[in-house]
Amino acid sequence: MNRQIRRVAVAVGVMMGALLLNLDYVQVLKSDAYRNDDRNSRVILATYSRPRGQIVVEGMPVADSVATKDELKYLRRYPSGPEYAAVTGHYTRDYGLDGIEATEDDVLSGNDPRLLGRRIADILTGRDPQGGTIVLTLNKAAQDAAYKALGGRRGAVVALDPSTGAILAAVSSPSYDPNLLSSHKSDDVAKAWRAYNADADQPMLNRALLQNYPPGSVFKVVVAAAALKRGLKPEEKIPAPSVLQLPESTVPMKNFDGEKCGDGQTDTLQDALAISCNTAFGQLGMDLGTDSVRKQAELFGMDGEQRKTPLRTAQSSIGEVVDQAALAQTSIGQRSVVATPLQVAMISAAVANDGVLMKPYLVQREQAPNLSTLHSTDPELLSTVLDPTLDKMLQQMMVAVVKNGTGKKADINIPGVVVGGKTGTADNGPTDHLNAPHAWFSGYATRQGVPKIAVAVVLENAGVTGSESAGGAAAAPIAKDVMTAYLNDAASD
Amino acid sequence: MPVAAKQAALVNGERLDDAARRRRTAELAMLVFAVGVVLAAEAIVETTQEGRVNAHLATYGLVPLAAGFIAHLIVRRFAPYADPLILPCVVFLNGLGLVMIRRLDVGEMMQARERGLDYGGDAAPSQVLWTAFGLIGFLALLAIVRDHRVLQRYAYTLALVGLFFLALPAVLPARFSEVNGARIWIRIAGFSIQPGEMAKILLTIFGAAYLVAKRDVLSLAGRRFIGLEFPRGRDLGPLLLAWLLCIGVLIRGHDLGTSLMFFGLFVVLLYIATERASWVVLGLILFSGGAFLAYHLFANVQVRVSVWLHVFDDANNTGYQVSQSLFGLGTGGLFGAGLGGGHPEIVPLPATDFIITSFGEELGLFGLVAVLCVFGLLIARGFSAALAVRDSFGKLLTAGLSFSLALQLFVVVAGVSRLLPETGLTTPFLSYGGSSLVANYVLVALLLRVSDSARRPAVATPVAASSPSLPPVLPVTPVTKGGAS
Repeated sequence: MNRQIRRVAVAVGVMMGALLLNLDYVQVLKSDAYRNDDRNSRVILATYSRPRGQIVVEGMPVADSVATKDELKYLRRYPSGPEYAAVTGHYTRDYGLDGIEATEDDVLSGNDPRLLGRRIADILTGRDPQGGTIVLTLNKAAQDAAYKALGGRRGAVVALDPSTGAILAAVSSPSYDPNLLSSHKSDDVAKAWRAYNADADQPMLNRALLQNYPPGSVFKVVVAAAALKRGLKPEEKIPAPSVLQLPESTVPMKNFDGEKCGDGQTDTLQDALAISCNTAFGQLGMDLGTDSVRKQAELFGMDGEQRKTPLRTAQSSIGEVVDQAALAQTSIGQRSVVATPLQVAMISAAVANDGVLMKPYLVQREQAPNLSTLHSTDPELLSTVLDPTLDKMLQQMMVAVVKNGTGKKADINIPGVVVGGKTGTADNGPTDHLNAPHAWFSGYATRQGVPKIAVAVVLENAGVTGSESAGGAAAAPIAKDVMTAYLNDAASD
Repeated sequence: MPVAAKQAALVNGERLDDAARRRRTAELAMLVFAVGVVLAAEAIVETTQEGRVNAHLATYGLVPLAAGFIAHLIVRRFAPYADPLILPCVVFLNGLGLVMIRRLDVGEMMQARERGLDYGGDAAPSQVLWTAFGLIGFLALLAIVRDHRVLQRYAYTLALVGLFFLALPAVLPARFSEVNGARIWIRIAGFSIQPGEMAKILLTIFGAAYLVAKRDVLSLAGRRFIGLEFPRGRDLGPLLLAWLLCIGVLIRGHDLGTSLMFFGLFVVLLYIATERASWVVLGLILFSGGAFLAYHLFANVQVRVSVWLHVFDDANNTGYQVSQSLFGLGTGGLFGAGLGGGHPEIVPLPATDFIITSFGEELGLFGLVAVLCVFGLLIARGFSAALAVRDSFGKLLTAGLSFSLALQLFVVVAGVSRLLPETGLTTPFLSYGGSSLVANYVLVALLLRVSDSARRPAVATPVAASSPSLPPVLPVTPVTKGGAS
């Protein structure tokens, strides 16, 4: 009998061996696959078990975590909700992360390798591990003004500090409330998520950074810069017919409402920009040539590159230019030209900063939980769009737009402050059935000759087809509000 | 002191001789160690879940301590020569189980609050109560059964009681017997009892006694076929009966696990008793037939098999439990989330069928293997008692009980880690569940009883000597192979 008992014992040993081998397979070989499976909620539950770091604007949190009594120990809150949603993004259990929450997740969650030493110290001392803090470049006054001025209309505002590239405001409108998505009640979250996605106004679309629009007439600043480079002077007369016959095309280019520019045959470069003369810039572009226009657009940032601020941006570019007719339309910011509001703000920022374009950025500092700095963003040169002497001329032309031209409503009456800008009214939609045009304004303000703020405003479908007034009437006042709020804020000193 | 006087003193329980005393001291030391580990585990759970060590440490740390100490005193009094390793293993597993059950109470309460559901109530306090009942069973067995051979005399009575237990839930109306689709319960006055657990022990005793009596017939008569000695057709009776019984359990109870357990156990008993591998082959053939029948007859068997084969195909419905179990084990990885640091409550039934997953998730592969090693130690000590004991009945009984522990553990762990289809058995000593805990304490008491008799100094044991009414050890008639037919 003993021999059989021993054999049974050996069989039991073999069974145990099989179990151990299988556990090795499940817990070691397949460990990563199982841990990161979408249907496994344990990892996300673990990330909820420690307070996520704050996202801070001028010392005040726009995203923070509070302790709860739920299974998920910490709730993500957005004290200003929709106003900062285009930047903060959202933090959800079932629908992933977006915005700064996503791009700075390592620091916020505390998983960043630079925080490893601290995490070990936390474990040893029994302190609750925490995430790091993200300090944004945003200016509360500018952001408030932009959010308020947009008032829920479809559009976006982006403001930059021209001398550094720091993003001072980034608002997408209408916005959504990330608090509804970070809730721990999955049913409520699902309901909000479905509602936002079904909304025709697309509140979760980041119009400030991720939406490309035809820039329309604001693109004329780029063409003007190329012309100055070619040796033209602002006072020089350029051809400006009332109707421009385009080569190999039956559709002529006209001005809005068929208006005349200058004397009906020619106009000065400066006046053509001030009154936003389409035919003058169409001809100018054709005279400059595709390479020249494209090169200048690329210098301004419309190079088809995807930027990281660290939020991703849509790729702005002038697109394909197939012939001279296309070039003429490209030169007035139509045809295949696309730009994000951030890109349009970069055009004014470069002009305001004596032709030096700085790389836009949104994160000022990454901080460890003890507030020591992990990383501080230094301003970075992106390109030189014009020599300072030529740029002064372009500034003079953009100031003329605001003083005497289409952008009067952006002017600010503060001593020492000078505002320059350009309006735009961009046709969009299918060629046979145009939607109401988008209203644009891109401009900047200097104080005592120092560039302070550049801003771009877009209002979707805010104009009337055939009228140039939309940009100046609808978008310029918003830009004025944002610039005024910033100039009156201590942060601009 | 003359040997007779020593024995007299021992029977009166007044003094132990040196060998016994050394064993019991070792047992006590290891018990203290085991309880120390349990206390540490409970302290870790409390710090992780509640931020500080609190009053529960007293309850869930001291219960294993008290249980271990009481059990130790019982063994010291009634089975002084028994293997000193068995009891510490049991107390260790029971204690860890308690810690995990309480930890899951907290987890499930938070989960219920999260989902806005009512929380069913704590399981840990009743498990403490059942531990006490388990100790009573332990004491009763060691105190009443002073020699395991006595059980041989009651083999048929015990078998009838066992069959009654087994059949009772199946004949009761579903409202008294059905939990989660399996009709293997008796539910009265708020208590749920799974009589099958006790039936397992009773039928093992019967099987051992029956086979010891019949082993000659079963092992000697037969004919050769492909190198193996096969039994005669009319000797197949017991095996077929066991097979039919298991199918019956399956049909009425929808309980795949218990059915598999019983059959495996009976085949192994047959093999050890007859010393012939042909029974294993026959057993496997019958098992395959049964499995084939079960698969085609019962929808729930088909579901479990399809979940086993394609667990992630229906991961949110039928495959939810097993896939979440795999996720839990995988997330635990090598080192685990730490006690109280994981989310074992995500897997349905985390404290009963899937408590192994709960340990795997929080203790990792290392911790789970350590727990399995403690089981391995317990089972190995059982087999070692089976080898050491002198009578055939004792050998068969102990080997059978040890194998039943091993088989149950194997089926459970293989089920939750998808080596085999999941069958819904509980893990001995770890899982929440009163009947299982009580039955397993009785099982261990039996192991200790046999171990005690095996390790008793080789003088004529007083009980045996003074009980002429016991059946004599069956004489082994020398027979040449393939002789009588």
